[in-house]
Amino acid sequence: MIIPGKEEKNSIFALRYFWFERRGRGLLFQLLVLFGVASFFGFVTANTIANLEKAGLTAGFSFLNNQAFFDINQRLISFSSQSSFGRALVVGLLNTLLVSSLGIATATLLGFLAGICRLSHNWLLSRAIGVYVEVTRNVPLLLQIIFWWATLTALPRFKDSITFFEVFHLNNRGLRCPAPIFESSFLWICLLIISGILLTILLKNWQRRLKARSGRSFPVSLTGFLFIIILPTLLFFALDRPISWELPQVTRFNFQGGFNISPELLALWIALSTYTGAFISEIVRSGILSVSPGQVEAARSLGLSRNQTMRLIIMPQAFRVIIPPLTSQYLNLTKNSSLAIAIGYQDLVSIGGTILNQSGHALEIVAIWMVVYLSISIGTSLFMNWYNKKISLVER
Amino acid sequence: MIKGLILGILGTAAIAFFLVGSGYLDKKEVPQSKSVKIETGTPNTLQAVKKRGVLQCGINTGLAGFAYTNDKGNWAGFDVAYCRALAAAVLGDPNKVKYVNLTGKNRFPALASGEIDILSRNTTWTFSRDVKLGFTFIGVSYYDGQGFIGRKKLGVKSAKQLDGASVCIQTGTTTELNLADFFRVNKIKYEPVPIETNEEARKAYLSERCDVYTTDASGLAATKSTFSDAENHMVFPEIISKEPLGPLVRQGDDAWADIARWTLNTLINAEEYGVTQANVESLSQGTKNPEINRMLGSEGTLGQMLGLEKNWAVNAIKAEGNYAEIFEKYLGQKTPLGLSRGLNALWKDGGVLYAPPMR
Repeated sequence: MIIPGKEEKNSIFALRYFWFERRGRGLLFQLLVLFGVASFFGFVTANTIANLEKAGLTAGFSFLNNQAFFDINQRLISFSSQSSFGRALVVGLLNTLLVSSLGIATATLLGFLAGICRLSHNWLLSRAIGVYVEVTRNVPLLLQIIFWWATLTALPRFKDSITFFEVFHLNNRGLRCPAPIFESSFLWICLLIISGILLTILLKNWQRRLKARSGRSFPVSLTGFLFIIILPTLLFFALDRPISWELPQVTRFNFQGGFNISPELLALWIALSTYTGAFISEIVRSGILSVSPGQVEAARSLGLSRNQTMRLIIMPQAFRVIIPPLTSQYLNLTKNSSLAIAIGYQDLVSIGGTILNQSGHALEIVAIWMVVYLSISIGTSLFMNWYNKKISLVER
Repeated sequence: MIKGLILGILGTAAIAFFLVGSGYLDKKEVPQSKSVKIETGTPNTLQAVKKRGVLQCGINTGLAGFAYTNDKGNWAGFDVAYCRALAAAVLGDPNKVKYVNLTGKNRFPALASGEIDILSRNTTWTFSRDVKLGFTFIGVSYYDGQGFIGRKKLGVKSAKQLDGASVCIQTGTTTELNLADFFRVNKIKYEPVPIETNEEARKAYLSERCDVYTTDASGLAATKSTFSDAENHMVFPEIISKEPLGPLVRQGDDAWADIARWTLNTLINAEEYGVTQANVESLSQGTKNPEINRMLGSEGTLGQMLGLEKNWAVNAIKAEGNYAEIFEKYLGQKTPLGLSRGLNALWKDGGVLYAPPMR
């Protein structure tokens, strides 16, 4: 008997459900696609392995423990030709992270400055920025990297170095800087600075509550300055300056001592920063222009200064527009850093390529590349999405 | 709720299926029937080349004397000459070659994947390349060793005085490994500057990014020959490694490896027997020397044994001449490289070139 007002439903456990119910059909097709994709990958993997076996090659990651036998010039952790392939990859990964984070920092700074300046009423300034943006955006990045590298290696030889402040030496082997040597008592200064920062954060929270409760304010910036800068500086002199500097010395072939920023790193850093900076400046400009002029007029009529209007009214609203495309630029910059291979900066791709060549494990190396770049990108995205959520307008 | 549950279960099943597929990673034996033969794994290279009508030969991206474009815009050089001889032996025409330019880094993947039939790109024969990478070296066409080139004004007389120097190297080569060994054994420090191709390394060295450039001695001579101020540079006396250079093929197709090996041997034997590009045609009509007759096909069935035409060796020699002719044409004293035969002279002339008999 059919009860009026209630349709007869096929049970999910009946086969009919997957054909006659709309949801069931959808489910069936999705499962078929999922099955197809999974079996495709399963087939490709199995087939590759089988063909590798036939060619007498073995797959697997155990080769990463083998000795590398080659040297790496640019490295953040110790590495010698007796270290393993695995360690070489870590060196490459750190180099990729180094140039990416340096690039992201300077590109952001440059992009924001350029974006704001482009909107300036100063004709010369805004046009100059316009030229910079159009030129760097429209020339392929690879050419720019090679251009900067060629420029830097065309600098004078080390004996005729361009010297700044008598300790920095710029030549065709890079920028040689003095290296700090920390004595053990420097640890106390670090501890003092860290506790100063924590204290300032606590004070800030307390001040916010105080202001909400009683309307009184407390000079947080001043006390923060005292804790983070003044006190550690006093301690620095009290402990008789626990940092000494290792200065570069001229030897037969090059400077020895201090540390060197290679022309490869410098070229890549400059090229990535200026290239991505141009894109970021356009994003910033669009963000600022997206805030309606009425907001500015309202702020001005409330008596806020130009500076305050920018800082308190325009920027917080512009950020909502800026952050999502900014994330893409950060991801692009990280991936573009793999162009390092053109000038011999030893990033993950460059070192992976060398390992691939010396060991013959192409599939594994390519898999590692993919996983690493995916992880870096997802990590960046997650962070930026979190930040985006934090600054988005709270709707009431 | 129930739908989610079922989706979850089936999804897990799908992932499990995928994992089973990749589970082959751990298995030692894979049933042959499961594998699908891809074109790249073609075991019969000879047939593939004949069918295609063109030999795919991997050569350098540019190295004076070994692989360069001549004034007619065609590839020429010591390594290229071997490609031409092989194409002539197999297809009867030395021009039926498609050249694929490869860097030190991508040459092995290109050979392994079947993009080329043979790699003739001054490649050093080493244990791990022969055994681990799955290639077969078919012989040595040039006995070389690694050296250094530097400016005379450095005042350095020996590579052992290079403590703290910047050294340009090509990545993915044996020279990169030898260099690390050399500096480690001699306990001196250096800054390796890795570069992709010989041309870029040359530029980096000339811009003084590096104090010295290291590669095979023949490569140094080739590179030096292109400097406008060659007299200001010197090759250091040390040769820090053995670098037997030769062509190589994929492992697993012995018939094809035999053809490649005996084409090279034919060029060397031709020098020994006095067979040249000019006289090969007339000698192939028959001579008093049975060795020559067997090689050139007027006696015996050597060509047939390889699965080639009777006059395969005649064609190979006609392409660019015998070993001596090729050497003198591209590397010898009359060329800008000015290399002497040295180790690469015939065994009876004090070198180490010694090809097995054609019998």
